[in-house]
Amino acid sequence: MLNYLQHLGASGLSFFQRLGRAHILFAHILGGIPSMLPRLSLVVHQIYSVGVLSLLIILVSGLFVGMVLGLQGYNILVDFGSEETLGVMVSLSLVRELGPVVAALLFAGRAGSALTAEIGLMKSTEQLSAMEMMAIDPIRRVLTPRFLAGFISMPLLAAIFSAVGVIGGQLVGVGLLGVDDGAYWSQMQDSVDLYDDIYNGVIKSIVFGVVVTWIAVFEGYDAIPTSEGVSRATTRTVVHSSLVVLGLDFILTAIMF
Amino acid sequence: MTDTSTTSSTSSPLVEIRNLSFARGNRMIFDGIDMDIPRGKITAIMGPSGTGKTTLLRLIGGQIKPLTGTIKVDGIEVTELSRSALFQLRKRMGMLFQNGALLTDMNVYDNIAFPIREHTRLSEKMIRTLVTMKLQVVGLRGARDLMPSELSGGMARRVAMARAIALDPMMMMYDEPFTGQDPISMGVLVRLIRELNDALGLSSIVVSHDIEEASSIADNIYLLSGGKVVAHGSSEALHNSGSEWAQQFLKGLPDGPVPFHYPANDYAEDLLSTGNSK
Repeated sequence: MLNYLQHLGASGLSFFQRLGRAHILFAHILGGIPSMLPRLSLVVHQIYSVGVLSLLIILVSGLFVGMVLGLQGYNILVDFGSEETLGVMVSLSLVRELGPVVAALLFAGRAGSALTAEIGLMKSTEQLSAMEMMAIDPIRRVLTPRFLAGFISMPLLAAIFSAVGVIGGQLVGVGLLGVDDGAYWSQMQDSVDLYDDIYNGVIKSIVFGVVVTWIAVFEGYDAIPTSEGVSRATTRTVVHSSLVVLGLDFILTAIMF
Repeated sequence: MTDTSTTSSTSSPLVEIRNLSFARGNRMIFDGIDMDIPRGKITAIMGPSGTGKTTLLRLIGGQIKPLTGTIKVDGIEVTELSRSALFQLRKRMGMLFQNGALLTDMNVYDNIAFPIREHTRLSEKMIRTLVTMKLQVVGLRGARDLMPSELSGGMARRVAMARAIALDPMMMMYDEPFTGQDPISMGVLVRLIRELNDALGLSSIVVSHDIEEASSIADNIYLLSGGKVVAHGSSEALHNSGSEWAQQFLKGLPDGPVPFHYPANDYAEDLLSTGNSK
């Protein structure tokens, strides 16, 4: 019993220590953002590896998620004779929820894990220590551009995911199941609100982008510098990011809608 | 903020360590050591594995802080510096890491240009000239376009050396520069350390347990063991000293002040024991 309590206490302390370190790192990263302004090429380079290289998985997933929504939505709506509103159902599902959330989950798996592994390996091969000894702050030179790239890329990827999903829904609903093309698009135009739906979806994806990239860079920077340590950190990035995205989605949805 | 550009008297040691203690968990790595690293000389820090030789370099570079004691580099107390003042001081220090620690997403040229680009506003033409000069010094001008993954261990260390001297530092710290090198690479590195030290007027600290190589270039040797400086002097003086520590280390004796056996219970008792312990 005493051992159990001791273990519980140690785990709690360790959790709060990590949380503290994560917040201090976040403050350092934010402090480094002004220094990135004259060096945008560093951020652009990272947007390529974090964002552009994630495009394929986002495009393919978005298309299939939209197609499934079209299929499932049609089967439900046709029972009520309201299959003309399929466009509304597909677009609102994507813009409000699935776009930001699924894109964030995919982003955590594709880009988040890559960020953690890269930074963790830089730590284990002493590249970060070497930078410090060259009087170069690795947080500003390595972490801040990657954080900014994640922050910028995530909303764009979520928007692309939603747009491709809407096209996927149209391919199935209009192309295969015979929903009227005009009704699909016009009902969508009438029902989707720029502020209530699209802006709120964008805010969600920005929040998810910040959180996922923060977790990814922190886990890499805080990783135990061994192959096992980096591997564990990479796993933690995907697990923690996914859980935090889902939890935050509930909170944001409750606030916004 | 401490002024890191001041230079103390040229007769005083470049690095002065006094009463330095450092621990990892419950294990004492250094227990009140004193050390002087003279200017313009090569000082070797030697000792068995796990005695904290690399830790000592990290303490001098301000990457970790000691429990107690002072570390002065060029008259500046490292342990009291703010982060920005420490970075100013580090611009005058070069460090060669054990595996080179080259940035793996850059080629050889960009690795050497990296600190110059970060700390100066020199034109690309000037940077090219400087990088070419540094590469020529280490004999790798022809390898400028190679990626770190295409370099041998010895070449990677020579590139890292070129990068470490890119900003013309006042001192160089070498962490196990000879480990895992073939005899030719070892010879090249030994020659480079000596030549760079003399030609650039550096002060060098070489952490190593390669006795022959380190002794051949070191003007001064510190022998560490059990958290203490157990012997100190020139290579010749140490070889002729009566210190048991020095004799065991320099002759590679398996048993002595550094015991062969890790501390344990009585052997006979252990064999006969049928208790719970494994």
